[in-house]
Amino acid sequence: MSVQFFLQQCLIGLTNGALIALVALGYTMVYGIIGLINFAHGDLIMLGACLALSLVAALGLAAAGPATTWLGIGLLIVLCGLFCGTLNVAVDRFVYKPLRNAPKLAPLVSAIGVSFIFMNVGLFWIGSADRSFPELLPSINLLPGNSLQFNWKDLLVVLVVAPLMVGLSLLVRVTRLGKAMRAVSQDPTAAALVGIDVDQVIAATFFIGGFLGGAASVIYGLYINTIGFQMGFQNGLYAFTAAVLGGIGSIPGAVFGGLVIGLVRALASAYVGERWTGAIVFAILIVILVFRPEGLLGRRTSEKV
Amino acid sequence: MQKNVASTDAARKAGGDSLPDAVPFGSQITLWLRERWDIVAIACLALAPLFIPALGGALGGQVTTLFIYCILALGLNVMVGYTGLVHLGIAAFFGIGAYVMAILTVPMYPFQIGFLAAAILSTLVAAGVGLALGAPTLRLRGDYLAIVTLGFGEVVKVTLRNLEQITGGMKGLNPVPPPGAGVQIGGIDLGLAFAIDPRWFYYLSLGVLIGVVIAMRRLENSRLGRAWVAVRENELAASAMGISATRVKLSAFAMSSAVAGLAGCLYAASLSTTADPNAYDFNRSIMVLCAVILGGLGSIPGTLLGVTILVGFDTVLAPWADSWIQQMNINPTGSSLLSFSGWRLAIFGVALVLVMRFRPEGLVPSRRLAAELRQEHS
Repeated sequence: MSVQFFLQQCLIGLTNGALIALVALGYTMVYGIIGLINFAHGDLIMLGACLALSLVAALGLAAAGPATTWLGIGLLIVLCGLFCGTLNVAVDRFVYKPLRNAPKLAPLVSAIGVSFIFMNVGLFWIGSADRSFPELLPSINLLPGNSLQFNWKDLLVVLVVAPLMVGLSLLVRVTRLGKAMRAVSQDPTAAALVGIDVDQVIAATFFIGGFLGGAASVIYGLYINTIGFQMGFQNGLYAFTAAVLGGIGSIPGAVFGGLVIGLVRALASAYVGERWTGAIVFAILIVILVFRPEGLLGRRTSEKV
Repeated sequence: MQKNVASTDAARKAGGDSLPDAVPFGSQITLWLRERWDIVAIACLALAPLFIPALGGALGGQVTTLFIYCILALGLNVMVGYTGLVHLGIAAFFGIGAYVMAILTVPMYPFQIGFLAAAILSTLVAAGVGLALGAPTLRLRGDYLAIVTLGFGEVVKVTLRNLEQITGGMKGLNPVPPPGAGVQIGGIDLGLAFAIDPRWFYYLSLGVLIGVVIAMRRLENSRLGRAWVAVRENELAASAMGISATRVKLSAFAMSSAVAGLAGCLYAASLSTTADPNAYDFNRSIMVLCAVILGGLGSIPGTLLGVTILVGFDTVLAPWADSWIQQMNINPTGSSLLSFSGWRLAIFGVALVLVMRFRPEGLVPSRRLAAELRQEHS
């Protein structure tokens, strides 16, 4: 249990956390704009991973050279992102949109229903057993001295997640769409009054959240190397926990929460035991919610009449 | 359904609980049946074992499990239906009830305090855990509370699985002795009777179910029950009227947990094992929630119907449809696309989405909740 071991666990945790953060963004954005816990998000990512697996086989990426591999991974991320984004928009259009004015329970339960449907699709797509996702990247340690392990696939996570997050925060802060999104999340009625097409903004939010999830699904496959039709639930739960931890509705909060959850998971697995990880993560979640219900970076909101 | 309600109302207005004399005898019977469907149902269920010998076999066990899930769902209904708090971890309390029951009765432990005492204690322990979880978390907003209950469910499942010295890990705890083990009635060992004939458990769980239904009906119209509904409809308005929202919610949490714990201890006793911890996972919680929502939030007959539909789907419809597909030789390659049970999740999912879209109040709605849902809808 040396310092080096500790640092290694932190590195693993942060890389994992970046991946969790990418998924958490999908939860937090949708929650921020329509106040819905999108239970189907984890399973959406599972479907993205199924598509990625099928595409890897179809494109023959497992046998390709390094240049083609990187190009292929880029293509996978774009395709799976578009797939998940479009699917997310379609679900919103046909399932959540008609429930916009219904009590909160209705869309929440519908989202659970959608997650069941997605799981069934995944079951038909890849079967009930876990499938291994081919290792496309060589496992060579990139850090000198070999004291810490940092492989190509760890680098891939950073290379994909960092630009996506910078892009997202620019989009939300600088662009017209971002401004509209912030306006709708503050007050949909007022936003509609000043001429914002609220439905379109909500659809855009679902698309962006889905796109990030699709990108996450490819990285998940390449990084974890195992996918299964039930992976959505567990991973969705961690990502959702991260979003709540950071303060749901807050974009920097989701990233921060993701990194914290990643670190906690890695350290708990290393020092307490893998099988307790789930319990520790959720126990921390409960404790944090008790003492700081708005999350670490969230704003305190008062109940509206 | 609406029509039924109207005619029972007419009957009530005409002469309190007794029936009007002017109505012809034939319709008097139908009116009575409509008014007191519950007595008819109880009579049918109580007499069923006399006429259906299969209830003495495996079927009896299945129906017992159905009754137990009904009790569990009625417990969940207190929180989700009456009080409007989304609870995604009810199976954890079901599990706590089952494991406390097992710990107090299995030969592995020195307690072995007998069924009745163990059942009371496990119900109390479940209620206590509910209070302990609820007290700090109930001030959270609805969605956060849902996540806390979900997280708690996972914590309990992982703990049950990993504390092998106490809970037996994946093997669970067994054998849980049947109720009345060692008690002699007229020369017959009661425990042995329970172990041999499933009809004993059938009647026991039916009796507990009836007791819970009666308790729920009384609660619905009590001061506390009305406070639950008031908090659901508008927490701020309820507090303005002098209802302590936190205390009311806490009592709902405790009541829910207690009833779930009671269902859990019956479950462990009827299976004579706690089964493995995966029996108390998120899937179980969500299926019970689906049953309550499908049947009708806040409605006792709705909850019972919802559970019956879901359990019936898994134990009757799916095996029947699968064997039919096999007989008709539709699916010679054994593809999961062509097996009925392969579509289970999708069918549940579509059902949930459609119910929420077109009939959010459920199949047998509570009138009050239906009005609330419809009003907010427009």
